[in-house]
Amino acid sequence: MLTLTIDGRQIEVKEGSTVLQAAREHEIYIPTLCDDPRLEPYGGCRLCLVQIEGVPRPVTACTTPVSEGMKVETTNEYIEGLRRTVVELILSDHPNDCMVCEKAGDCTLQELAYFYGLRENRFRGERRQYAKRDANPFIERDMEKCILCGKCVRVCEEVQGVSAIEIAYRGFNAKVCPPFEKDLDCEFCGQCVSVCPTGALMGKLSLGKGRQKDIKKVDTVCPYCGCGCNLTLHVARNEVIRVSSSPETLNEGWLCVKGRFGFKFISSPERLNTPLIRKNGRFEEVSWQEALDHVAERLGGIRDRYGPDAIAGLSSARCTNEENYLFQKFFRAAVGTNNVDHCARY
Amino acid sequence: MENSTILIKVCMGTGGIAAGGTEVISAFEKELQAEGISAAVEKHCSVHKVGCRGFCARDVLVDVLIDGEKTTYEYIKPDMVSRIVKEHILQGEAVQEWVVKDDYRTFHEKQRKVVLSDCGEVDPEDIGSYMERGGYDALRKVLTSMTPEETIEVIKSSGLRGRGGAGFPTGLKWEFARRAPGDTKYLICNADEGDPGAFMDRSIIEGNPHSVIEGMVIGAFSMGAHRGYVYIRAEYPLAVERLRLALEQARKKGLLGEHIAGTEFSFDIKIKLGAGAFVCGEETALIASIEGKRGMPRAKPPFPAQKGLWGKPTVINNVETLANIPYIVRNGAGWFAQFGTERSKGTKVFALTGKIKNSGLIEVPLGIRLHEIVHDIGGGIEGDRKLKAVQTGGPSGGCIPAEMIEIPVDYESLAEAGSIVGSGGMVVMDETDCMVNIAKYFLEFTQAESCGKCVPCRIGTKRLLEILTRITDGRGRPGDIELLESLSNDVRAASLCGLGQTAPNPVLSTLRYFKAEYEAHVHEKRCPAGVCKNLLTYTILEEFCTGCTMCARVCPANAIVGERKTPHRIIQDICIKCGACFETCKFKAIKKG
Repeated sequence: MLTLTIDGRQIEVKEGSTVLQAAREHEIYIPTLCDDPRLEPYGGCRLCLVQIEGVPRPVTACTTPVSEGMKVETTNEYIEGLRRTVVELILSDHPNDCMVCEKAGDCTLQELAYFYGLRENRFRGERRQYAKRDANPFIERDMEKCILCGKCVRVCEEVQGVSAIEIAYRGFNAKVCPPFEKDLDCEFCGQCVSVCPTGALMGKLSLGKGRQKDIKKVDTVCPYCGCGCNLTLHVARNEVIRVSSSPETLNEGWLCVKGRFGFKFISSPERLNTPLIRKNGRFEEVSWQEALDHVAERLGGIRDRYGPDAIAGLSSARCTNEENYLFQKFFRAAVGTNNVDHCARY
Repeated sequence: MENSTILIKVCMGTGGIAAGGTEVISAFEKELQAEGISAAVEKHCSVHKVGCRGFCARDVLVDVLIDGEKTTYEYIKPDMVSRIVKEHILQGEAVQEWVVKDDYRTFHEKQRKVVLSDCGEVDPEDIGSYMERGGYDALRKVLTSMTPEETIEVIKSSGLRGRGGAGFPTGLKWEFARRAPGDTKYLICNADEGDPGAFMDRSIIEGNPHSVIEGMVIGAFSMGAHRGYVYIRAEYPLAVERLRLALEQARKKGLLGEHIAGTEFSFDIKIKLGAGAFVCGEETALIASIEGKRGMPRAKPPFPAQKGLWGKPTVINNVETLANIPYIVRNGAGWFAQFGTERSKGTKVFALTGKIKNSGLIEVPLGIRLHEIVHDIGGGIEGDRKLKAVQTGGPSGGCIPAEMIEIPVDYESLAEAGSIVGSGGMVVMDETDCMVNIAKYFLEFTQAESCGKCVPCRIGTKRLLEILTRITDGRGRPGDIELLESLSNDVRAASLCGLGQTAPNPVLSTLRYFKAEYEAHVHEKRCPAGVCKNLLTYTILEEFCTGCTMCARVCPANAIVGERKTPHRIIQDICIKCGACFETCKFKAIKKG
């Protein structure tokens, strides 16, 4: 453990921590835009600039490792002035169309503009404008809102191992894009969407479906595979419009394309809502009681006539572990056969 | 001249080749084989290509050495060769009218050549030519009779500091890397010279690539590296070619590769071509580029000496720094330290350009007065106009005003004056240069070369440029100067790497010394130097105008009207302010302002 002082408070942190981690552990607020604790430090947004005694220029808290006896100041007039300039510069190259932006209410940039009370902008000037819309099916990419924090690029490389996007061009014209500025053609895991601090990356399925304030959040588990990723369903007017996952979950907030974007079946008109039994060649809706009785009767009949090994059970990875456990238990103990399997194997 | 040894050296740097050096060499070869030249002369006479000696403006420069006595010719064209051969080589009488004049001597007099001492003397495409002059002696000395620690000690006590711009002590850098744990270490030579108008590194590699290779081997031995890279701009084809050739020759001679000079030490060098991004001169961006990633800097620490290329301890030295090493080892730390000042030792190469009579590549002891560079070496201002300022350090540097012309040129003094030594760009400006426009020029460069990673540099430099553009366009607003100053300070403080941190320097230093000029632009809509087009008006002074019609004839916009032999008039609405009339008028009848 190392001892250092942040804003006059003496604190102890693990060796190897960054100043930002140390401050967060002790609930000292330092604003950031490009930081994500799950990704390598980047030092691009310059919002986490702090002053360290004995160091001539301000340094970024996210990239600076702590050292014994270090004295850090995270806020003062000078530092806040620099941060204010940074936010103002970002806003001078931003559409500032919060009134119609999907991200409004959940946007880090909006929060910072509010925090610094930036009604006017001293640096008004040219703004990047891009006409082309990315035609991929899942991710709405509005690069005019991109602040080049590089989180999407890093998550794609560091977490997903795909590197489908990179920063192209230089200086003011720098732009995150797929190779040769083609339409995005990746595995569409949507990790980039999940880390974007502004409205530059949004899920296409949720566009126009509801503002942040109208959303009810419901925690659940992903129904697709046996991994059991935690999901948070964003529900508006009794319809799931978006899926997210919290970084505090077992899956650290990471999801795949199915978990993140494969939620349309929930409100599909083709979805089965009641059991069906085929009668006279046609499916008819029946009650659960009738359906279960029917299955029990038929399974019992087959077992009595041909023996339990005449029956086999196949389960799905989309069921939970508990359900799959019960399924094999039912086959082994109740039906009396070992003929039981599962798409991900028992 | 039959028993004399005759050497003909033709400048074949980029400047020499551009001026026709290749043709001049062939002309000499042809003439010397022509009839009438006795076999004896041919036997003792040889023609050599040599690298840049600095005075490119006088190319093609040719040295004729007869028994060691040197005569230098300037502005040589192929058709002049036969007379030189006939009169000088055969009869021993120099063609005086083509021999360099006194200004060639004064250009060199106050220079002290260390790094460039063999440039212009050795054939850069022949390792033997370098070895004849003591080349690779230092390497042998180090590998056979010195320990790495001793070598580092020599460099430390020589006081050599990085010539790439930051001026970090070289020996110390090597020592950090030597002490860093791990067996795999890298040495990188930074030849990504990108400052506009700078050609120091280019000339060194083109003129004497072996000095860089020798410096690298010594450096690698000192720090314990077995693999090195030269990161060089692809836009320097001649330098790349000569370096490649030099590496091959060094390998063949056993001076590079496995068991160098028969010792246990092995080290080899790879060339990595840069794709032309200025920011790749920044060491962490350079490392990223070698690793195949986008050239973007990262925060330090960790420093490359701890965690560099492929995560291993890495030293990055500039070309000029490395080229100094063989000479320091050969002649001793004390010899090197006799040049320079208390804290800035040795010599520095500068690319002297701008409104100066003698422009070119110069090497001077650090601590030399700026005055000596401008007036003695540079020969004063072109057209005998008044000196206004000297810009040093390229886009990261600043302007030294004429009043401070006595300033010593060293790391500390220039920093105090708000500029830097930098990699060695030196642009001389006279009264016809607008300082706001100069600041704008440099911001255009840095803004376009920002990598885009951090906000202050990506958007901040853009906004600085926008403000400067509107000031020079005559659209400056009250408060713009204050905004410029405050944003410059913020960009300087908040940017991630050296590019952004120094990009506002041209603005801040011109604001410091030439604020009145900014104020004239903003408040009076006037460009005192008469450069910013939108702020200029050309008017004809009736009392001087003879009605010769010259101005009306050259005006591309047909904005000048008037009868022959009567005073003319410029129609301001049509005038495009090109200045053609001003240049043409023989009677000083056109007023600019």
